[in-house]
Amino acid sequence: MAVENIVRIRDLLTTHGRLSLDVASLSDDSDLYQAGLTSLATVGLMLSLEDGFDVEFPDSMLSRKTFGSIESIAEAIEELLE
Amino acid sequence: MCDNIHDLTEAYDTYRKQLIDANLLIPSGVQGVYGLSGDFEGVIEAFERFVTKSGSPFNPEVMRFPPVFNRNTYLATDHIETMPDLMGSVHSFDGDSRAHMQMVHKKEQAEDWTSELSPSNVMLVPAACYPLYPTAADTVLPEEGRLVDLRTFVFRHEPSPDPARMQIFRQREYVRLGTAEQTLEHRNYWLNKGQEMLSAIGLVVSSELANDPFFGRGGRVMAATQQEQELKFEIVAEIASGEKLTAISSSNCHLDHFGSEFNIRTQDGNFAHSACIGFGLERITLALFKKHGFNIDKWPSSVKNILEL
Repeated sequence: MAVENIVRIRDLLTTHGRLSLDVASLSDDSDLYQAGLTSLATVGLMLSLEDGFDVEFPDSMLSRKTFGSIESIAEAIEELLE
Repeated sequence: MCDNIHDLTEAYDTYRKQLIDANLLIPSGVQGVYGLSGDFEGVIEAFERFVTKSGSPFNPEVMRFPPVFNRNTYLATDHIETMPDLMGSVHSFDGDSRAHMQMVHKKEQAEDWTSELSPSNVMLVPAACYPLYPTAADTVLPEEGRLVDLRTFVFRHEPSPDPARMQIFRQREYVRLGTAEQTLEHRNYWLNKGQEMLSAIGLVVSSELANDPFFGRGGRVMAATQQEQELKFEIVAEIASGEKLTAISSSNCHLDHFGSEFNIRTQDGNFAHSACIGFGLERITLALFKKHGFNIDKWPSSVKNILEL
């Protein structure tokens, strides 16, 4: 996974994730929902990721699993960037 | 795809026309707003008695709220964030004589007179349980939690030719406030009990995993999340269309969504969970008329016995 993508995802998560923990304390595979990511915040995060990476998540990717960790977000983004 | 939509619209128009011709629904000129005949209202009253009887062993607290509620309560929820297209706001005129003259002038000139109005301190109620939560705000529930019987008119801004999609309609609910286990048990019990009750009055029903109509693309993520967590189940039956069934009741878990918004706690200090069964009174009546016909005298005696009609 490209490091710069991970960095950008972490930035967007910090701004839009409204997590109860510091994003820097999370590992790439930490459960974001355990870290306080709500359904509503997921929407804001999704829209910011689309703007930030200039991609559009198809319906098939609009699931809890996609946004469950920094790693899963990165995988989804990289699939869309191919 | 076009054929299906065409067929569906035709099915809606057909059933709606039949109901109006039979004087069961009284049109108002606005989609989704109808007066109801005495017979229609009589079936609603009968079904409500059936619900009361079914719930009485659990000794619920009964509360009856009006169809408008405190705007601040509305803002404490996330309705604007999730279903903004459905809201109904009450705006009123509180201007002086000069503003009054301007408004009357605009009305006479067929201009936008509503620009003279300002938001009142109330909103229309989006779901029957909304007015309940502030009454439990900043409290700790008893060990056994609470069970509340509610019924009110709710408003959803979705005008439609489907006679079963009314903008303003009544929900009868049993809401459980408590722990995760207590609320899940409530949701599951009533999902089953609701189907039993509706089958007993002759309706062919089934339950389906469902989601709330969250707005926009972001709404799709929320819908997927709600479905994945199996929070909402609808009991569906045939109304206008046999192809596309209609939800006439739903039984839902809210997790600690409202508990956290209103600071309702359980004895262990956590935010309370909530769950509710809601019966759509007009829809159930429309389903009964569809199944048994418009002449109540000719309904199966087993159904009339249960409803005491």
